[in-house]
Amino acid sequence: MTKSPLQFRHNGKDTAVFVEGGENLLSALRGETGDTTLKYGCGQGSCGACTVLIDGEIHLSCMTLAETCAGKSVETLDGLADGPNLHPLQTAFMENFSAQCGFCTSGMLMAAKALLDRNPSPTRDDVIEAIGGNVCRCTGYEPIINAILDAAGRRSDFIAQRR
Amino acid sequence: MPYTVKTFSQTSEAANALSSARRTHYMAGGTLIMRAMNEGDQSFDTVIRSTDPTLSQIKQSAARIEIGAGATMAQVMASSELAFLHSAAHAVGGPAIRNIASVGGNLFARCPYGDFTAALLVLDATVSVAGGYSGHDMPLEEFLAVRNREPHQLVSAISIARPATSDAFRFLKFSRVKPARKSVLSIAAHLPQSGGRVSGARIAYCGMAETPIRVPAVERSLEGKPLDEASIAQACAVACEGTSPSTDPIASDWYRREVAPVYLKRLLMGQTSRRA
Repeated sequence: MTKSPLQFRHNGKDTAVFVEGGENLLSALRGETGDTTLKYGCGQGSCGACTVLIDGEIHLSCMTLAETCAGKSVETLDGLADGPNLHPLQTAFMENFSAQCGFCTSGMLMAAKALLDRNPSPTRDDVIEAIGGNVCRCTGYEPIINAILDAAGRRSDFIAQRR
Repeated sequence: MPYTVKTFSQTSEAANALSSARRTHYMAGGTLIMRAMNEGDQSFDTVIRSTDPTLSQIKQSAARIEIGAGATMAQVMASSELAFLHSAAHAVGGPAIRNIASVGGNLFARCPYGDFTAALLVLDATVSVAGGYSGHDMPLEEFLAVRNREPHQLVSAISIARPATSDAFRFLKFSRVKPARKSVLSIAAHLPQSGGRVSGARIAYCGMAETPIRVPAVERSLEGKPLDEASIAQACAVACEGTSPSTDPIASDWYRREVAPVYLKRLLMGQTSRRA
């Protein structure tokens, strides 16, 4: 079966790839653009390891038909840091020991970014709700929740620096 | 395995395409069909989609509300007119799933998924089917009874009655892991009261049969009685009548039968799932 062209913005850059009929966004990003920061976990929408932002909204790339992203903006962990400067969420995850095996980390970071983008000062319950679709089998979640709350405090400084 | 994806701008075109070929599935949000495609399901080779904006509209009239089948759970939670349904929409997956999971798609989810459909059942829901060349409406219970036998139906909208009062509708989900995991079971209730007595009770379960079901035995036991300790005890005594829960990795059928009266009691006493 022939592949179809697909154009979208990937971490702020215009991107064109070819996708198969029925191919999911996770496969297209990993296989066609080489962005392997998003992970294949369950392929069933249950684990959150493949979480991305599409036009600023949180989505699971394994549950997203790639061709529906034509003309849209897709953000992944690959675009989170500003060159050598880590995003406050990445720094907070590092300092709070929020990654062990690291497989969930990419999805957790993107779910956390989606939260902080719309709610810069979340409560603990807000954080628990925001990562409710992301599974971590190592940390017991507490270091992740603490890191996101920690990052919320640092983020305003980081945004000011990027401007 | 590559699939052929056909996207139509009109719901009627999509319905015609769906009914005119056998190895097709309709994709709304994608939570069911993408999963099947990711697993390489070879029972179908063509996916039908519609980008018709009317599919995600929410329309109100005096007594009823029509929800487009393509409306997502996130849309339901963002609608102030559907505030009574926020807890049921919140019971569906995590934030990312709720951004794609559609009201129409939930009708096709296999238990223990399909929590939202239990809520629709107690609100006297009717389903608008845009099948082939002529659409028709049917009660949700009837639709659920035939959905597996007639898979090539495109649901375009679901119409529900407004709850009699803001506290007449109740919803409770029981899952082992919170906040966003599969249900052991969920229970919805519409309990209008007249003169302090229940009048026109509707109770529905998800997780207690192959599809979400109403529970006539419980409804009958509550009818005409005040919601007090005695009537709740009578309702709980028949909580599992007419149910046939299955065993899955979340819970055994025995366990579901054991906890159904417990959660029914909690619901009738006023405990409900949080509203986001």
